[in-house]
Amino acid sequence: MNELVNSWGLNPAIPVGLNAYLLVAAILFVLGLIACMARRNAIGILIGVELIINAAIINFMAFWRFGGSQTDGSGALVGPLFGVFLILLAACEAAVALAILLSLYFNFGTIEVDSIHQMER
Amino acid sequence: MNDQLVLNLACVIFLLPLACFALMAVFHERIPRHGDWLATTALGVTLACAIAIFVHAAMTGRNLLVNVTFDWLPLGMTNMLKGGILVDRLTAVMLVVVTLVSFLVHLFSVGYMAGDVRYGRYYCGLLLFTTSMLGLVLANNLIYLYIFWELVGLSSYLLIGHWFEKKSASDAAIKAFITTRLGDVGMFIGLMICYWKVGSLQYADLFAAVQNGVLSGQGFAGYDWQTLAGLGIFFGAMGKSAQFPLHVWLPDAMEGPTPVSALIHAATMVAAGVYLTGRLLPFFSPPTLIFIAYIGGITAIFAATIALVQDDIKKVLAYSTVSQLGYMIMALGVGGYVSGLFHLTTHAMFKACLFLGSGAVIHAMHHEQSMSQYGGLRHKMPWTATFYIMATLALCGVPPFAGFWSKDLILGDTLAFTMQHGHWFLVVAGFGTAFLTAFYMTRQVFLTFFGAPRNEHKFEHAHEVAWQMLLPLVILGTLSLVGGLGGWFEKYNPKLDGITQIKAIAEAGYQSPLVATAVAAAHQVAAAAHEGAEGAGEHNPVVAQAHHTAMVLSIVLAFAGIGLGVLMYRERKNGKALLNPDALARAFRPVYVLLWNKYFFDEIYNAVFVETTHIAARVCAVFDRLVIDSVVNFAGLMGKVGAFVVDMLDRLVVDGLMVNGSARAAGFMGNELSYAQTGRVRQYLLLMVLGILALSGVVLVLIK
Repeated sequence: MNELVNSWGLNPAIPVGLNAYLLVAAILFVLGLIACMARRNAIGILIGVELIINAAIINFMAFWRFGGSQTDGSGALVGPLFGVFLILLAACEAAVALAILLSLYFNFGTIEVDSIHQMER
Repeated sequence: MNDQLVLNLACVIFLLPLACFALMAVFHERIPRHGDWLATTALGVTLACAIAIFVHAAMTGRNLLVNVTFDWLPLGMTNMLKGGILVDRLTAVMLVVVTLVSFLVHLFSVGYMAGDVRYGRYYCGLLLFTTSMLGLVLANNLIYLYIFWELVGLSSYLLIGHWFEKKSASDAAIKAFITTRLGDVGMFIGLMICYWKVGSLQYADLFAAVQNGVLSGQGFAGYDWQTLAGLGIFFGAMGKSAQFPLHVWLPDAMEGPTPVSALIHAATMVAAGVYLTGRLLPFFSPPTLIFIAYIGGITAIFAATIALVQDDIKKVLAYSTVSQLGYMIMALGVGGYVSGLFHLTTHAMFKACLFLGSGAVIHAMHHEQSMSQYGGLRHKMPWTATFYIMATLALCGVPPFAGFWSKDLILGDTLAFTMQHGHWFLVVAGFGTAFLTAFYMTRQVFLTFFGAPRNEHKFEHAHEVAWQMLLPLVILGTLSLVGGLGGWFEKYNPKLDGITQIKAIAEAGYQSPLVATAVAAAHQVAAAAHEGAEGAGEHNPVVAQAHHTAMVLSIVLAFAGIGLGVLMYRERKNGKALLNPDALARAFRPVYVLLWNKYFFDEIYNAVFVETTHIAARVCAVFDRLVIDSVVNFAGLMGKVGAFVVDMLDRLVVDGLMVNGSARAAGFMGNELSYAQTGRVRQYLLLMVLGILALSGVVLVLIK
């Protein structure tokens, strides 16, 4: 238990380990998930999605930093590359999502997702 | 002129009418006048070629001019049916006869058939017939002869049925075709025996086979193969030449246009049987020859008696033709090769003239054929009457007309045969027929051309015919006068290889039965007669004696017949004849009825063959209905039951359970699950997370 807590990076004497990064990423992920599920505003949901993506980026970077960068150079820059891809993807996603939201607003006069349920059976 | 040229001419003779036929068959609608000028011109050229060959044969002094054989049809690996062209003197005569009569008939038809509905088709038929007949004559083997034999039968069928709208015409065409086909079955059997035993159908090979005794093995019923094959082939000749039991088609064939009757059913096609018998004479064994002679004799006298009482002008001529064909066959049967074929030639001339003359009369009388409507026509049609009477005299056998010479030869040959070997029936038939022929032809001439007109209305409209119709009459009438002068045929056709062959066989002691020796001896007689043609028959005094007697008797009988005819049918000033034919008919009523109904042959055939066929058909129909139908119906019922079972299986199991069942299950599931579709995005997400958590829990538990 002690080692686990230590690995969280709370003890200044011990260098920050992988678990600390994963913890931050998990917290971010759950926050994003809750935002997606709890918010009625479509913008809020979009922000939640961004949080989830960021959690994933942190995971990529952490796993790369702590095991993916082999000495033979086979894993060189894999983590940062994925990170950059995901940032790019998030940007695209945000653009598309905002366009959809604008369209929703034009058509329904609102972006409250609960009041838009035309797909109901 | 050499033999190569003869061969070329022979090819032209065959191919020119054929090409013309092919052309006309396709284009006769578009050629001006439906191509009658084309056909007639082609036949004119063919006639010129035939005359050239005829004259050449006379000048060279040889009998055989061309005998070309070529491979025609391979049978299996080793056998080969051969084709070939034969031109000898007999062929040369036949070529002239066929092309001459055909050419004149073409010319005559221009007038007679003018305005006919199927004018072009008629000429196509004539050309096809001429082509086939020429091919038949030029063949040097039986298979070619058989092919063209059937083709002349076909064209005869087409031309008899030319006016097929008339029921009687189409019936007559069918009757002619089927009756001759009956004989052809026998002919084909004969051909098969020949090919089986000899391996070739060339005339020369067959004669050699006879000489070598290849065919002398025992066949059926105590006859050797030569006899059986000969009988079979002669059955074909009986059908085509309308001999006794198969004669019934020829009188009915008069339903065709009259020029066709002249060409096919009097002068050429019906003579094909005689030609075949003459051509193969050395092939026939002695029993066959006796059979041939009797058939010919029976036919001759039997048809002559029917001709006595007929009223239709063409029917009289038809029965006369049957009778004269019987004459020729009888002559061949007693070994009179020259006399039979000589009579064929002269008969073609005067019988064609008679038929064309009757055609002219019928044309002038607006297609009235009954002689009871004629009378006095010589005033209206002097030219027709003149040439008709000339041809009649030829048929009656009055010297010096053509028929006298040939008929005299036939009677002489028959008498010589009988004096040496018995068979008196043949002589009685021969001389009796000569008398009857003279009588009924006189009757016909008097009824038609003399006396008072019996139908004034039609008589008023009668007129002499146009030149196209008169010219053939003139030519044929003249030939009837000069066509037999001096017995030219005998000098033209003196050497018959077959007869000398038969002599050799007889000397070699071929077969022992009594008939064999008798007939072989008869052949010697005939051969002696041929040799004696130049030397006045010193070789055999009996033959010379017979010919003298026959000549005197035949002249006496001809004049007796004519005299009786004049007595009975020449009307005196009071309008009555010296002897009243009606009273005679009443006196001999049963005989008259028998003859008037042609010995009831049609009725007998109808009762025996047609009715038998009907009864057999009815029996078959009942069998069909009772047995075959019930089997069929049972099979149908089984099929129905099986189909019902399969149908239920299909509907319940396949359709119900599998196809529709799965579809219904999918539909039900989809329907139920569709309630989860709320359209609320957040709810989906919630469900997804819960699902993942549940799955994760399961995985954790399982891994533990």
